[in-house]
Amino acid sequence: MRNSTKLIILTVVAIICILLYGFYDIKGGFDYAFPRRMMRVGAMVITGFAIAYSTVVFQTITHNRILTPSVMGLDSMFEVVQTLIFFFAGSISIWVVNQYLNFAASIVAMVLFALILYRFLFRADKHPIYLLLLIGMILGTFLGSLVSFLQVLIDPVEYLSLQSRLFASFTNIKVELLYISIGILLLAFAYGYRIMGQLDVMSLGRENAINLGINYDRLVLNVLILSSVLIATSTALVGPITFFGLIVANLSYQFLVTYKHSVLILGAGLISVIALVGGQFIVEHIFEMNTTLSVIINFVGGIYFIYLLLKESRAAG
Amino acid sequence: MIEIKGLTKRFGNKPVVEDVSIKIQPGAITSFIGPNGAGKSTLLSMVSRLLDADTGEVLLDKNDVKKWKSDEFAKRVSILKQANFLNVRLTIRELVSFGRYPYSKGRLTIEDEQSVDQAIEYMNLTDMQDKFLDELSGGQKQRAFIAMVIAQDTEYILLDEPLNNLDMKHSVQIMKILRKLVDDLGKTVVIVLHDINFASVYSDNIVALKNGRVVKDGPTNEIINSEALREIYDMNIPVQEQNGCRICVYFNSHS
Ligand SMILES: Nc1ncnc2c1ncn2[C@@H]1O[C@H](COP(=O)(O)OP(=O)(O)OP(=O)(O)O)[C@@H](O)[C@H]1O
Ligand SMILES: [Mg+2]
Repeated sequence: MRNSTKLIILTVVAIICILLYGFYDIKGGFDYAFPRRMMRVGAMVITGFAIAYSTVVFQTITHNRILTPSVMGLDSMFEVVQTLIFFFAGSISIWVVNQYLNFAASIVAMVLFALILYRFLFRADKHPIYLLLLIGMILGTFLGSLVSFLQVLIDPVEYLSLQSRLFASFTNIKVELLYISIGILLLAFAYGYRIMGQLDVMSLGRENAINLGINYDRLVLNVLILSSVLIATSTALVGPITFFGLIVANLSYQFLVTYKHSVLILGAGLISVIALVGGQFIVEHIFEMNTTLSVIINFVGGIYFIYLLLKESRAAG
Repeated sequence: MIEIKGLTKRFGNKPVVEDVSIKIQPGAITSFIGPNGAGKSTLLSMVSRLLDADTGEVLLDKNDVKKWKSDEFAKRVSILKQANFLNVRLTIRELVSFGRYPYSKGRLTIEDEQSVDQAIEYMNLTDMQDKFLDELSGGQKQRAFIAMVIAQDTEYILLDEPLNNLDMKHSVQIMKILRKLVDDLGKTVVIVLHDINFASVYSDNIVALKNGRVVKDGPTNEIINSEALREIYDMNIPVQEQNGCRICVYFNSHS
């Protein structure tokens, strides 16, 4: 099967999922339910593409297929920022009430974190991937503990309101952020369109990329900022879903065997939409809201992550 | 013209390349020779900007290579590394097409396609150009990478042990192609070789490195003699003249 055929199939399936989610079993007023459902679909499409896009480009510039920005602790950083804000400013401060300010604070912190992490980890040439993974895990655990520690000290009412922010949810999206997210995503894709060819060359490895005239350090820096902003956007919109990027990026590599980033990113984005919208449909209509999509994603994603690790270690050994 | 001035590189405290100053003669083949670990690959990496020097500089047309715009530099100088490993699955043709990236930025014109055809043809890979690299033998893969560098069509071509994995026939063929690129198209080739007989027969100049320092630098006929070779390799190597070529018979020599 050709890649264009595969992409068409993915598009059709994604559209079916969206239609199913939009129209299936609409009770009460159509005028009430339908726009709300579409708003959620919008959030899922944005999140899906943001995570897919950021994961694929991050993995290309770091020359690996296991680590993702989220796994390396970017999601934990989001929790740290939110907890610090609640801890020092409180839930009725401008930093919480004003979504845009809150959003900006998250983005700035996450980008800085990514830059520092990169400087230490990926710059010093070739650390084995397992060491990086271990450091990412330790960092994630450390930040997680910091968060728990601060949360214990927070007023219980504040804590509840913080919790709802830290837990990924597609039914409780922040509508104010929807438009700004669309804007960011469009800008990101506009930039991406210009660097698609460079990313393709980048997948040949650092040395070939430099030989072929890529300004390596600058591209790495730009893409790192790009992927952090995208992850920050999706996290601010719906909350952290750590393993999602890993799943969709790798499914895309497996399904569309190619080096072309335009194809890989589009494929990963469509797979994301199918998984999120289809998954949310199943959660709402089959599990009847007894579980949440983020729980399922992290469960399935965790298993897939272990599978990839085992596969990698077998290939290496 | 490429000029190397006082180049030094340390890994940890150990100097791996130490105060190297040489000029690469344009329009000629210059071979880098020397024992394992002498610093040949490190030197080549610094010339091609893959590695930053600690002190000293490399000048291309009197400008520091680090100051060149990346894409302009890639049209002037290309490098093939000693070991090449890819994370992605590519066919030979796709790999060679990447060689045109500095010019086409990913959108190949008809002329680009022709250069790719020609480079593949040069390396005898036309019949298998649509095979994936992971389906090839070591030597076929090596030829595919050389074809990519040839498609890049730069004035300066740096090759780190390109004869790795190649049989005698293909080794000779590649050296002849390099000779042709130099003699007919005026290119400048810098090549790391371990087989000093290839260096002796095909190169114009030889630079010998040992423990990070240049121990010999000059025209080939001044360096291929037992005395100089002893200094470089610590071996007694008899040199014989055959059909006008100097051949080093090192197979049963003692140190
Ligand atoms: N990344 C690195 N870190 C530490 N030491 C290094 C590194 N790269 C090379 N070296 C050391 O530098 C020295 C020179 O290495 P280099 O690869 O330049 O040698 P070479 O002349 O190309 O050898 P060969 O003929 O075996 O390819 C070696 O002693 C090597 O151990
Ligand atoms: Mg070497």
